[in-house]
Amino acid sequence: MTTATNPAAPLLSIQGLSIVLPSSGDRNYAVDRLSLDIAENEIVCLVGESGSGKSMTAHAILGLLPPRVGIDKNSRILLDGTDLTGLTPPQMRKLRGERISMVFQEPMSALNPLQRIGAQVAEALQLHNAEHLGATAIEERCIAIIDAVGLPSPRQIVRSYPFQLSGGQRQRVMIAMALLNNPRLLLADEPTTALDVTTQRQILDLIQKVQAERKMGVLFITHDFGVVADIADRVVVMRHGRVVEEGTRDAILRNPQHEYTRALIAAVPGRQARSTARPAAQAEPLLKIEQLKKTFVSKAGLFAPPRTVVAADGIDLAIEEGETVSVVGESGSGKSTLGRMVMRLIEPDSGGITFAGKPVLGQDAAALRAYRRQVQIIFQDPFASLNPRQKVGDAIARGPMIYGTPRAEALKAAAALLDRVGLGASAIDRFPHEFSGGQRQRISIARALALKPRLLIADEAVSALDVSIQAQVLALLAELKAELNLTMMFITHDLRVAAEISNSVVVMQRGQIVERGAPGQLFSNPQHAYTRTLLAAMPGLDFFEHRLAA
Amino acid sequence: MKQTLKSFLRHPSGMLGLVILLAVIVLAASAPFFFPGDPWDTVAAPFTPPQTEGMLLGSDSLGRDIAAGIAHGTRVSLMIGVTSTLVALIIGVVVGSLSGYVGGRVGEWLMRFTELFQTIPAFMLCILLVAILEPSIRTVVVAIALVSWPQVARLTRGEFLALKEREFVLAARCQGESPLSLIVRYILPNALSPIIVAGSLSIASAILIESALSFMGLGDPNLMSWGFMIGAARTMLRQAWWMSFFPGIAILLTVLAINLVGEGLNDVLNPRISRQ
Repeated sequence: MTTATNPAAPLLSIQGLSIVLPSSGDRNYAVDRLSLDIAENEIVCLVGESGSGKSMTAHAILGLLPPRVGIDKNSRILLDGTDLTGLTPPQMRKLRGERISMVFQEPMSALNPLQRIGAQVAEALQLHNAEHLGATAIEERCIAIIDAVGLPSPRQIVRSYPFQLSGGQRQRVMIAMALLNNPRLLLADEPTTALDVTTQRQILDLIQKVQAERKMGVLFITHDFGVVADIADRVVVMRHGRVVEEGTRDAILRNPQHEYTRALIAAVPGRQARSTARPAAQAEPLLKIEQLKKTFVSKAGLFAPPRTVVAADGIDLAIEEGETVSVVGESGSGKSTLGRMVMRLIEPDSGGITFAGKPVLGQDAAALRAYRRQVQIIFQDPFASLNPRQKVGDAIARGPMIYGTPRAEALKAAAALLDRVGLGASAIDRFPHEFSGGQRQRISIARALALKPRLLIADEAVSALDVSIQAQVLALLAELKAELNLTMMFITHDLRVAAEISNSVVVMQRGQIVERGAPGQLFSNPQHAYTRTLLAAMPGLDFFEHRLAA
Repeated sequence: MKQTLKSFLRHPSGMLGLVILLAVIVLAASAPFFFPGDPWDTVAAPFTPPQTEGMLLGSDSLGRDIAAGIAHGTRVSLMIGVTSTLVALIIGVVVGSLSGYVGGRVGEWLMRFTELFQTIPAFMLCILLVAILEPSIRTVVVAIALVSWPQVARLTRGEFLALKEREFVLAARCQGESPLSLIVRYILPNALSPIIVAGSLSIASAILIESALSFMGLGDPNLMSWGFMIGAARTMLRQAWWMSFFPGIAILLTVLAINLVGEGLNDVLNPRISRQ
């Protein structure tokens, strides 16, 4: 990591940038008098929660602001001394992708699904073909760059379509495209937020490597201080469109001055273990899963062999009453399928699930309803898990009403629950779209708890939230668990979250449980190679390690 | 709901359509008031041109008042358009939601059944049905409904397939909701917007089909209708242009108005567009 900065001649210098929002918005400025320098060969992390204006800043540099959103006329964005705010559209186009490149958050939607990878990468070169390269030369350059970002068999990759690549591979393609014209400045807008921990680690390493090789300036936008600890040279913390603090990485991390910065750093999960020791094993565990198997088969085409995905390959798992068990794994490891099989939203191929001594599989409809009253689930996506046309109060009260509670009484209980999860009883008459992601997740928790379940399954319940909101929701879950003596199955891809909330962690890979242990033991002495990979991939491990060792 | 209404009021072409449509509805409602007699009665000399002898829009070959015919025809057209679409919506939504929710083999067979109707040219099937069942307002409604429901069914099925795997539906299932309650409370309300739009456009096409049937002499022989008027006028196009011109304008305006309202609804009910 380099700390060599030359403040005399920054590569990019943003001076007093204000971005004006259309008058209907809830604030006048998306970004308010932001100043920030990026030197050559430096990674500057722009940190803040959603809505802090960090993406807007990146878009403003490239002139990509949405219509009706403008830059204040006193703002200056200087790249090597040239003011970018005064450029004409053709001059700006020339600059984009050549001297400044950008990598976006969502690799799934950033590539054209109907065009081969090779053609898309080549386009970035053809548009800025300063050296007048021929078709063969362009192809060679594309293959070289795809090789440089660590994609296997580049000659095959250029002939692939985006859907044939994984999320991590697509993000590598995006980085390859961004690097093709040797830009001086790379803007990376949450490039790893949509990725798994292990993939995130690879992409972070890649960005660091190419940055050091090419001595580029990088503006890296993130909300996760774990990531900041790994890659930043300097850090700029933003809130409500304003810079609250800036400094070198070590200064900010070890000695944050502003309380907001302190709150963000404190919110990195895994800081304190809220968990208590495992309850003593009882004669009969609350939930017992035996030799559970499930294989998904999807038809690929008329003549192609069907594609099969093994989601559960002989899973054995017992959860004691009062315990919180985290199920950790990458996407595709089968952890969500496991939760859904316990809920009987997906029928397993074979095996057994026993809840409180009674078999769950093969129950009739009445027994299934009685079972579901005791087992509830919270889903990942706070925007998809609430009915947009149902009032929040109704969503929560429906559960008890189905089992015979009178409506008035159920609504009263719903109001009390909403108050308990920190939204206030008045939320009862409002619709889901009036709430933010974190608030919606609180509503989902209230809905799940309305039935007074014994087992609560949380399927990536905090993964879609910003770190600070994540910390609040985790704290709420821990409180409620203690209050109501809940048993929890906590499905997550984030080991830090698992460490914070659970008594016991189960690591899953390709439909199998590879390791189980107490969080402390798993972190200090991982047995399985895959657990070690997951651990090594945790962002900010070096810096935050002392928190987990406890 | 209030929000939807508000953004519709701000939709220029949708409002234009709504104004025309309201005018058409007022005309239909007030037909017996302004034109109290039977529209089939002879009230003037044959082929009276418009604006002469007190004939606003002229008279036809038997001296019948064209204006009275149009006003009374409005009632027939709107009635057939709305009823046949309601019947089509009921059949289509039931078949589509069953097929989409139950899925599997039952869903597949319901779709094959739907395709059976879609493979026969719609207008041919209509003519056939009316000819077999002998023309009356009831058979015309049934025939139009039978050719209109398949598209509603396909649309509903598509919406159901997408919605039933959504997390809020899964969460409701986990709360213990019965399948009927899942369909009625959770899936259908969220699938309704495109169905409403399709329904409004289907009224327009029902009016066109009815006019075409009447033009061919397959409408209800006791009711004055726009299609019948144009059909009767086709041999006298050169002598009395007004006989076919005004009913044609009436069809054009009504269908245009309904289409504009439908498109307006589409824009307003589509959250991605209306949120801007």
